[in-house]
Amino acid sequence: MKKIEAIIKPFKLEEVKSGLHEIGVEGMTVTEVKGFGRQKGHTEIYRGSEYTVDFLPKVKLEIVVPDDKLDLVLKTITANAKTGKIGDGKVFVMNVEQAIRIRTDESGEKAV
Amino acid sequence: MTKKITSLVRVACISAGIWMTSITGLFAEEEPAPAPAPEPTIEQRVAGLEAYMNNLDPAGSKVTAIAGPGHNAWLMTSAALVLFMTLPGLALFYGGLVRSKNILSVMAQCMGITGLVAILWYTFGYSLVFGANFASPFLGGSENFFFKGVDSAPNTSYCYWISENVFAIFQLMFAIITPALIIGAIAERMKFSAIMLFVTLWMFVVYFPLAHMIWGSTGYMNGVWNADAAIPAIDFAGGTVVHMSSGWSALVLCILLGKRLGFGHTPMAPHSMVLCMVGTGMLYVGWYGFNAGSALAADGIASNAFTTTTLAAAVASFVWAGLEWLLRGKASILGFCSGIVAGLVVITPAAGYVTATGSVIIGVLAGAIPFIACTKIKHLFGYDDALDTFGVHAVGGTLGALLTGILADPSVNANLISEGYAAKNGLKALVESGTVWTAQLKAMGFTIVLSVVATIVITFIVKALVGLRPTPEVEQQGLDIVEHGERGYEHHS
Repeated sequence: MKKIEAIIKPFKLEEVKSGLHEIGVEGMTVTEVKGFGRQKGHTEIYRGSEYTVDFLPKVKLEIVVPDDKLDLVLKTITANAKTGKIGDGKVFVMNVEQAIRIRTDESGEKAV
Repeated sequence: MTKKITSLVRVACISAGIWMTSITGLFAEEEPAPAPAPEPTIEQRVAGLEAYMNNLDPAGSKVTAIAGPGHNAWLMTSAALVLFMTLPGLALFYGGLVRSKNILSVMAQCMGITGLVAILWYTFGYSLVFGANFASPFLGGSENFFFKGVDSAPNTSYCYWISENVFAIFQLMFAIITPALIIGAIAERMKFSAIMLFVTLWMFVVYFPLAHMIWGSTGYMNGVWNADAAIPAIDFAGGTVVHMSSGWSALVLCILLGKRLGFGHTPMAPHSMVLCMVGTGMLYVGWYGFNAGSALAADGIASNAFTTTTLAAAVASFVWAGLEWLLRGKASILGFCSGIVAGLVVITPAAGYVTATGSVIIGVLAGAIPFIACTKIKHLFGYDDALDTFGVHAVGGTLGALLTGILADPSVNANLISEGYAAKNGLKALVESGTVWTAQLKAMGFTIVLSVVATIVITFIVKALVGLRPTPEVEQQGLDIVEHGERGYEHHS
């Protein structure tokens, strides 16, 4: 099992979610986060006072998938989240040792 | 039976009246009792109704000493609109511009000032501004302390058709918003107790005298309504009294108080432009009461003020945001909001004296000059006028007072050339020679000197008595939680 953490532009969330839904991903966890990468922040001006805002709003998706589905899921995420402009975000993949569905006590890939 | 009681009451009243008259007679010169007034003729009664339509004196008719329904209704509406400007208009406009940890402090200051000034107004303020028995050009009188005699009958020194209690409450709303404007300059860093004490002293030393001088029937600078005014200046709804006094005092206070902790290197961006915009809309709407209500009647002068107010604010808003667009490529919400407020400030002294075209000229300048004051001059000098009270209200008020002198037009408002007042104090001559601005300059100078000097003295008194600033820890944490024990926003569901 792999856990995917994708940090994407908030307005792309809907497309990514539909794309994942179509390929059979049944669940995900979404968090509103702030951060910066190479895009850096932006400047806001209020009556001539400039403020640099370092942390930009992004959305973080967390999805756990069976190993055989990983590539398809990654392709779906990148295809749907891409604008081609700086600030599109990043995807991280990591190993998951165990998963348990609390209601039934099922574990492993069955629980994902 | 009812008739009998009525006649008994009447007899009692009359005998009480006679008794009162005889008492008064002991102190006054002996005079024969006046003969009862003859029943007015039908012509006199019709003339009284015409006087109502024309906002004139109905003396001699059967409608004296009563409020005229239309005029009175408009002034009650206007008073409510002006209150709406402070609560919640100004509270939201300012509240949105501070950081989220200080929003409640701004709101508490607006509400605290509302209650405090209402008490001061009832006890002494109204009388000191609109009373007359001091016979002084600088302060009113003591006859209306504790609203004595302030009832539903009109005070004909000021208006023939507005109940005096409505007039007093309408004027109270101006007395409330004026000190509330000051808190914009010192936002996020002054103790609540210090603000309340400052406002109390400031009302007695600056506002009450100044309001009497400009609007009082014996006022020093009341060109339109005081035949003996030494400076025949004009100020329709409060350019000097409200905006210049608060704006210049705000500048002095914010300099004496010092900058906010971290000013210049910590981000202090507004926490909610949404609240700010909502508040601005309320100010715009409420300002109809402020300006059109200042005609003290639902008459043609009010209609003119209604029109000029609309145009000046809309034009100034468009110009301010347009300048941003030209200079930086983006028209901002704060730019639109600032332009609206600046336009309203600048048109305030002029609203009932200038034509629609005059108000458009005012709108253009109101969008440009306070824009420069807020975005350039402030940064040049480096004072921390947190929410631009000086840049908008002092600069705008000063500009408005001057432009009123240049653009005032007697075809809009015949009071500018009235034989009863303006001809006697010299205003009419100034209007005819196009030099009203000279009287305006004197009134502006007087207002600035009074505001600046008084604020310096009051600030040092307040500092000595209660101290001005919260501790750095409190300022860091935000005034809301420490000074008021509440939080503006809950960050959990």
